[in-house]
Amino acid sequence: MTPDATGVDAVIDAVTAVFLVLGALMSLTATIGLLRFPDLMSRMHAATKPQVLGLFLLLAGIGLQMRQWWVWPVLAVAWIFQLLTVPVSAHMVGRAGYRTKHLHPELLSVDELEAVVRRAASEQEEQTEAGAPKDR
Amino acid sequence: MSRKPISLRTELPLLIWLVIVWGALWRDFSPGNLLFGALIAVVVARIFYLPPVELSGRFNVLRAIPFALVFLAKVVAASCQVIYLAVAKGPKVVNAVVEVPLRSHSDLMVTATGHVISLIPGSLVVEVDRSTSTLYIHGLDIRDEADAAKLCKEVQDTEAGLIRIMGSKAELAALEAETAPPAPPAHTKGETP
Amino acid sequence: MKDIVLIATAVILTLAAAGAIVRIAVGPSLLDRVLASDVLLGIVGAALAIDMAVNRHLNNLVLLVALTLIGFIGSVTVARFVSDRRGQANDS
Repeated sequence: MTPDATGVDAVIDAVTAVFLVLGALMSLTATIGLLRFPDLMSRMHAATKPQVLGLFLLLAGIGLQMRQWWVWPVLAVAWIFQLLTVPVSAHMVGRAGYRTKHLHPELLSVDELEAVVRRAASEQEEQTEAGAPKDR
Repeated sequence: MSRKPISLRTELPLLIWLVIVWGALWRDFSPGNLLFGALIAVVVARIFYLPPVELSGRFNVLRAIPFALVFLAKVVAASCQVIYLAVAKGPKVVNAVVEVPLRSHSDLMVTATGHVISLIPGSLVVEVDRSTSTLYIHGLDIRDEADAAKLCKEVQDTEAGLIRIMGSKAELAALEAETAPPAPPAHTKGETP
Repeated sequence: MKDIVLIATAVILTLAAAGAIVRIAVGPSLLDRVLASDVLLGIVGAALAIDMAVNRHLNNLVLLVALTLIGFIGSVTVARFVSDRRGQANDS
């Protein structure tokens, strides 16, 4: 940031400052969500969504400060990597959490996966029971 | 290991992406560097062989730009919703796991839909059933069946938007056929018994 | 201006990091801890990005991308590991 900025520089600096503080606040939001939410799945919402927006704001702040065109594709690549990886890791953690019964059923109003999982589990048991004698 | 030869056309988006990443990491977009990057991209794509992503070959830029803007707005809304729920509801928040059948059966569309809805307010993919292309979505702050239905509709709308951008022609035709009936009734109402 | 932004973001990020560490320490299950350490990694990345924006350089950008990818690989690995042994350890 330029000290004693005037005119356009001052405006850009002010916008950058707002972006940076908001981006930092997004990290704080993620933490508040982590601490306040009752179960793993809702914490996962808190951990993923503010991080994406926070990184976007921070990268936009960098882009505004650098003022060179070639910075933007670089920042876009960094953000797109985040966009591609965050949902995947959230899905993997969520799936593992659901399968290991980290979910609190009393916190769910609707659970349409439970019946499917139960059916799949019983089918699997039937298959192993039917398959076991054959092997012997 | 049998290798199906990949045509350059299906590989092109991957190569372009690799060249952009190369240029971005070197922070140098001069023609010489990009040419070298393209060379490396071709070599990498040949050596580290992956199953090709089946693109439909359609990409509607006019629809993609508004979709991207709406997506950005939704990312902002998602964070605001998380702030609100974390501060106001906290431990009392009620969730749901909702089953959403998708129209498209292509892996790319299911993946793209899953990615987008993981980032829009209050939804996260828990499980995917690839054979029936059904997503099981964990929704934040879903109190009753009506909220669940709303979430389901939102996911299917997102998928419709993605199909309009880059779905195959068959998927687009199916979508049009599905969405068309509500529009013409004024015209055909008198004729149909 | 520069100092105000630096101090404000430093306070906010410190609070956020402290909260994430509390969740790592308390977190009832392994997956909660993975999630919280992912958030902590994001906070480190945010600090790197703020340093770049305020001092106008791009030296940490590659580090930021690497951090994202490492966080991704880490949580996916742990999640796979947890769901693989779901039969034996439900209270991990």
